[in-house]
Amino acid sequence: MLQFLVRRIATIVPTLLFVSILIFGLQQLLPGDPAVVLAGEERDPNVVAYLHQKLHLDQPLPIRYLYWLRGVLHGDLGESLRLQQPVLDLILQKLPVTLELALIAMAIALCIGIPAGIVSAVKRNTAWDYGASVVALWGLSTPNFWLGIMLILLFSVTLGWLPASGFVSPSEDLRGNLAAMIMPAFVLGNAIAAVLMRHTRSSMMQVLSSDYVRTARAKGLVESRVILKHALRNALIPIITLGALELGTLLSGAVLTEQVFTIPGFGKLIVDAVFNRDYAVVQGVVMFTATAYIVLNLLADIAYALVNPRLRVQR
Amino acid sequence: MSDTTLEDRPAIAEPAETVAPASYRAGALRRLLRRPAAAVALVVILAFVAVAVLAPWLAPYDPLATSWSAVRKAPSAAHWFGTDEIGRDVLSRVVYGARASLLAGVVSVVISVSLGVPVGLLAGYAGGRTDALISRMTDALLACPFLILAIALAAFLGPSLTNAMIAIGVSATPVFVRLTRAQSMAVKVEDFVLAARAIGNSPLRIALVHVLPNALPPLIVQSTLAIAAAIIAEASLSFLGLGQQPPAPSWGSMLNTAKNYIDNAPWMAIWPGVSTFLLVLSFNLVGDGLRDALDPRSR
Repeated sequence: MLQFLVRRIATIVPTLLFVSILIFGLQQLLPGDPAVVLAGEERDPNVVAYLHQKLHLDQPLPIRYLYWLRGVLHGDLGESLRLQQPVLDLILQKLPVTLELALIAMAIALCIGIPAGIVSAVKRNTAWDYGASVVALWGLSTPNFWLGIMLILLFSVTLGWLPASGFVSPSEDLRGNLAAMIMPAFVLGNAIAAVLMRHTRSSMMQVLSSDYVRTARAKGLVESRVILKHALRNALIPIITLGALELGTLLSGAVLTEQVFTIPGFGKLIVDAVFNRDYAVVQGVVMFTATAYIVLNLLADIAYALVNPRLRVQR
Repeated sequence: MSDTTLEDRPAIAEPAETVAPASYRAGALRRLLRRPAAAVALVVILAFVAVAVLAPWLAPYDPLATSWSAVRKAPSAAHWFGTDEIGRDVLSRVVYGARASLLAGVVSVVISVSLGVPVGLLAGYAGGRTDALISRMTDALLACPFLILAIALAAFLGPSLTNAMIAIGVSATPVFVRLTRAQSMAVKVEDFVLAARAIGNSPLRIALVHVLPNALPPLIVQSTLAIAAAIIAEASLSFLGLGQQPPAPSWGSMLNTAKNYIDNAPWMAIWPGVSTFLLVLSFNLVGDGLRDALDPRSR
């Protein structure tokens, strides 16, 4: 187990290094002198000179990368030119909003995806199975920003039940917060529910045809107990890894959802930064999400090893 | 085509080298068309392609022509899908928008395939350090969420449909690297590859003539599903203002504008969304159908 951990942690170092090279390399895509472009439309000579010095533009490219990497390793993701704030502070300010959205979305996805997956595996090739497959395909094929607009049309414009946009802090008004979050969270959870459903279905079908499930049935256990106690527990093991992998979908989806519902989160931060040509923020957000994704996958792998009896025995 | 003999064979996995003959491909197409959902989806895709190609003849109005006397008019006999905030015909814009979506879907995937497949073949076939290096780079790209990476690339390249296609293509490349790598690793230890090597074929010839054709079925399936993802990604980037630039029509940018008029002109939001959904759904259905049809076990 320890060996597994060390080996697994060792693989993330080169990956993170490549991520940093990739993100640093983005800057090289800017046409012309990066300092002039980064200085924004005003092109204030003082700002340009400051950026030349700060970005070490007089140095060769590899040296500039090392300077940048040293900053990143010290938690310095640069500074937002527009907002005059360190990028990391901005990310940490916006993160709780997106995290709340993502958690509610994940809860919705789990509540829809796993039961639907179980039902369609147990009632294979019946109307239930086909129905669940159709819902999953719908979830995978609907652009979530369009679904968001349609929900606003139904629940805000036509029925007037929920606010169309905006964000209320849960510490100020929990009810208002949930009312504002439920539509975006559903939109975000919808696509993930489809992925979870498909995986739960195939994982359950595999487990249901295994010997120990047959044994459990042969010794006369009630079917619900066979499914929930014996089959589901084992079928859910691979879903742990999947949950971590879906973080990418959640964050990508959050960018669009936050835009539709005007939620001041992480996704809105990157979109606003793009339009303000605040490139340090764009780079910082990508670096932060990639690192979070890699670390979360590492944790998922460890959790997987811990809950999987076969890997536990090897310890 | 005499593919009936193939159909009549018992359903056992064929040796890998017999995967590519023409009769197999014809059989796969027949099996695909035998699935009602996939067959209907294929017809829908062909219909969208026809609409995109014939747009100048099908669209009732110029998609860019504004009319101040027809601002935000509800659907009527003159304007079937209504008009937008500056009096442009929504139907004509949806028809022309099919061009941007299909173009972005196909071109992005062509970029991903032409970058990902050679690199994947190299990684899988060469193995060792080359493989380790390529795999770590692929992991790094995969660690950046697809749309966030595409947004970042589009931001640094500058907003345009071409740059959106490049951004989507590059962001979707790692999946193709992984897939081709896995396939070529599986095939390279087969007897027929060892035989080809023993008679002195060059590694390049072995990779292209023996390994690649056997990796094709999963690549075709992945490409179809990737087109669906790329169409959504283009619509997303255009929705954010990073894809097709106004006034050129694109379903994503139409939805971006429509969002602001949802309370008094909801028709502006319905049709671009329905079109995106139908096209993406069709590519997903054909992808799923192809997966079953190209699976040797389903023969």
